[in-house]
Amino acid sequence: MHLHQPESSPLRQGGRSGALRIGVGGPVGSGKTATVAALCRQLRDTLSIAVVTNDIYTREDAEALLREAVLPAERITAVETGACPHTAIRDDISANLAAVEDLEDTLGRLDLVLIESGGDNLTATFSKGLVDHQIFVIDVAGGDDVPRKGGPGITTADLLVINKTDLAPYVGSDLETMARDAKAQRGALPVILTSVKAHDGVRPICDWLTERLAEWGTVPA
Amino acid sequence: MSRTALLILADGRFPSGGHAHSGGVEAAVGAGRVHDIDTLRQFCRGRLHTTGLVAAGLAAAAAAGYDPLLLDAAADARTPSPALRQAARRLGRQLMRASRAAWPSPELEALAEARPRGAHQPIVLGLTARAAGLTALDAAQAAAHESVSGPVSAAIRLLGLDPFDATAVLAGLAADLDQVAGQAGEAAERVPREGCDALPAASAALLDITAEQHAAWPRRLFAT
Repeated sequence: MHLHQPESSPLRQGGRSGALRIGVGGPVGSGKTATVAALCRQLRDTLSIAVVTNDIYTREDAEALLREAVLPAERITAVETGACPHTAIRDDISANLAAVEDLEDTLGRLDLVLIESGGDNLTATFSKGLVDHQIFVIDVAGGDDVPRKGGPGITTADLLVINKTDLAPYVGSDLETMARDAKAQRGALPVILTSVKAHDGVRPICDWLTERLAEWGTVPA
Repeated sequence: MSRTALLILADGRFPSGGHAHSGGVEAAVGAGRVHDIDTLRQFCRGRLHTTGLVAAGLAAAAAAGYDPLLLDAAADARTPSPALRQAARRLGRQLMRASRAAWPSPELEALAEARPRGAHQPIVLGLTARAAGLTALDAAQAAAHESVSGPVSAAIRLLGLDPFDATAVLAGLAADLDQVAGQAGEAAERVPREGCDALPAASAALLDITAEQHAAWPRRLFAT
């Protein structure tokens, strides 16, 4: 059994081996699925990737990823969350862990598992028992006061993405204010302002992720 | 026995996946059969004396130390709906993860190895109770409680029911719960002599049928 293995590396909590697990959370409509899709397109040729979605209405996000054909269908799975997506990623992660295990069983070795939360509120964060790092995605159209409001997602996520910067002039959001407030909330933790759907918009997120993969010991082929 | 262990095991926050399941209430709400406190009470009483009684019997027998693999087959035989069989095994696997962390035991390890995709949840529940030093009656009590507490919390979310009134439904079923647990515990005591046939096999045909329909819904909040 795998209960008490010694740690093989300080980065691999509990002696866990296998894929690096990244949580992608944030409010409804901020661009979580678009981020996951863009990351898959960037990395799928060099890494073995799978995605777990946590929808409120079951398969919506999984189907969006399938429609865009970012990965073959067997690499995308949906966890049902009983109207509480934050419970499934934080308080009771058993269904998500079973989904990751099933993907590893059917697909063999995986380098990266992206776990997308259902759209939730600013307090929704992932359990460290489920993910190694988490990305929190907000967008400028949600209001430029969101970074100032803070909350665990904004303040503690390993990476904060402020998405849809191209919309700022149309929705009256001040990017400098957002960046300044985010820095005040997060100290040294990184913040990326970008527009994921723009050409190369996902690049800075991808670069951050590539560094995490390198720390984990995974180098794109 | 430790009463604290029973409280931990029966706590709705025990991280074993139950929060994503409505126990058939979502399908009943969709059909209009459950729409207020009274209809929720009727639903819960019906589920308790059928699905709940069967689960309680299986859990009690597992807690008493009867062969979990034979009980697993008995659970299959008592679960005609493929969707519910699959859900029961998925929940058993999820409970197994939490139980191995909370009350590690060689018997749990052995069952996890024999059924890596999950044994039926009541069997894992019974074996967990055994690992936690609880009695067969405790296991039956926990299974019976779970058979109605899940639907009640799901109904609160689905219908926006007053949570105090909904909780009073549970409290009002206390005598029924005790009676079902007692009946299940007595049946489990007969298993060493009479085999698994001694265990309750009550069925709720409508729950089986609607579970199959619900599994095909394109949009739903709960897994079952």
